Amino acid sequence: MLPSILTPALGLFAWTLVAFIIVFLILKKFAWKPILNMLSERETTIANNIAAAEKVRAEMASMQAENEKLLAQAREERTQLLKEAKETKDKIINEAKEQAKVEADKILVNAHAQIAQQRNAALVEVKNEIGNLAIEVAEKVLRKEFAEASAQREYAKSLAAEISLN
Amino acid sequence: MTLGSIAPALAESHAEAGHEETGFDASSTILGHVQDAYDWHFFDWDNHPVSVPLPVILYNKEQGTLDIFMSSRFEHGHAEVNGYQADHHLHTITRADGQAFLDFSITKNVMSMLIGVALMLWMFLAIAKKYTRSGAHVAPKGMQNFLEMCIVFIRDEVAKPNIGHKYMRFMPLLLTFFFFIWINNMLGLLPGAANFTGNIAVTAALALVTFIVMLFSANKHFWGHLFNPPGVPMGINILLTIIEIISLFIKPIALMIRLFANILAGHIIILSIISMIFIFALMNEVAGWGFAPVSLAFTLFMYALELLVAAIQAFIFTNLTAVFIGQSVDEAHHPDEAHGFEGAAHH
Repeated sequence: MLPSILTPALGLFAWTLVAFIIVFLILKKFAWKPILNMLSERETTIANNIAAAEKVRAEMASMQAENEKLLAQAREERTQLLKEAKETKDKIINEAKEQAKVEADKILVNAHAQIAQQRNAALVEVKNEIGNLAIEVAEKVLRKEFAEASAQREYAKSLAAEISLN
Repeated sequence: MTLGSIAPALAESHAEAGHEETGFDASSTILGHVQDAYDWHFFDWDNHPVSVPLPVILYNKEQGTLDIFMSSRFEHGHAEVNGYQADHHLHTITRADGQAFLDFSITKNVMSMLIGVALMLWMFLAIAKKYTRSGAHVAPKGMQNFLEMCIVFIRDEVAKPNIGHKYMRFMPLLLTFFFFIWINNMLGLLPGAANFTGNIAVTAALALVTFIVMLFSANKHFWGHLFNPPGVPMGINILLTIIEIISLFIKPIALMIRLFANILAGHIIILSIISMIFIFALMNEVAGWGFAPVSLAFTLFMYALELLVAAIQAFIFTNLTAVFIGQSVDEAHHPDEAHGFEGAAHH
């Protein structure tokens, strides 16, 4: 005959059923529900945080790309600016040179003209001076020559002789 | 059942055997240890049992009387209480006059279960309080961390894959099943403890819960498939329906037997290995002492195995419950998958 091992005892069956159901109801209300809620809440938070971090990372990456682009642009702009500046500088220098040359030429021409003018003036003055001197000398000579009346008459006679010869 | 209580108890049997000629009766000793009892017996000291008496609650159906008393009043089977008698080891209570009675005693197994239940309530109410107090965003610590791991395991590996999107409704039940069985399995492994989950009444009660939940959560699709399998001719239809109805009952019965047999077998094996010391000792004292280390080594191995089995059986019971519930609430999307899983789980 089999021992009582294989025949379920009603008392133990009933106690187990009652205890299990009571434990189930108590734990369901006061343990499982709060624990499971907290777990899913935490998981949602973690998932959200990960998503947010991923988003920030993507943003950072795009920002970095943008920065890189800006930097490249800035670099290009700088090169452009430098080039333009150099061009401007060259242009200004050239212009200045040209202007200086023109100015110098003008000054030279002016100088030449002035020199020529002054020389002419000087020449005229010299000529005048020489003329005056010659007249003065001639006057003096004439004055001396014609100081006597006989000389004056003789000179007039010679002049008249010249005319009559014609 | 248990190392600690076994050896002295066996020594007692041995001493008794000294009076008679039959020697050491291993099978009755082992069966005695895996049975329920009306007191919590630890060991015998100087031929006197050291045990804690437990309340006996008996209802006499014919007289309509309720008797509540401590099992110590039986005086280890020597005294009769209100017409009730007990055997020497307080395993069974009978009435000499043959009147029918109901027995709702707080036996050793019930006591063990109450301890397990108290442990469970204390553990989980404490960690639930931790969660509600510190909020969801604080990392779990210590015991909370370990239990959370188990809870998440049941949710992600048991409930979600087997039940589908309605899994949250059944999580409290599955968690209660898992921890109830696991904790009581572990308590049964303590020295001097009861063989609670290795008792068929216990597993029957648990399987009944699964069965009721299965039936009450079943949807139209489940009943439709049960009573009118689509796409089969009339004759086979009747046959299939009969088979389906039988299988409906076989599911909880399989659950009941699996847990009961696994735990009981573990206890019996450990007890048998220990008993071998005394069987050898009866043949020759030197053989008994010589076999003791071998037996201890085997027992240690079995103990480690039983620790594993305690968790595995709790998991299997929970998992199969989830599978059965999953079949009840299945919406006919992937019947192949569900049947495949059931088949795999049965093997």
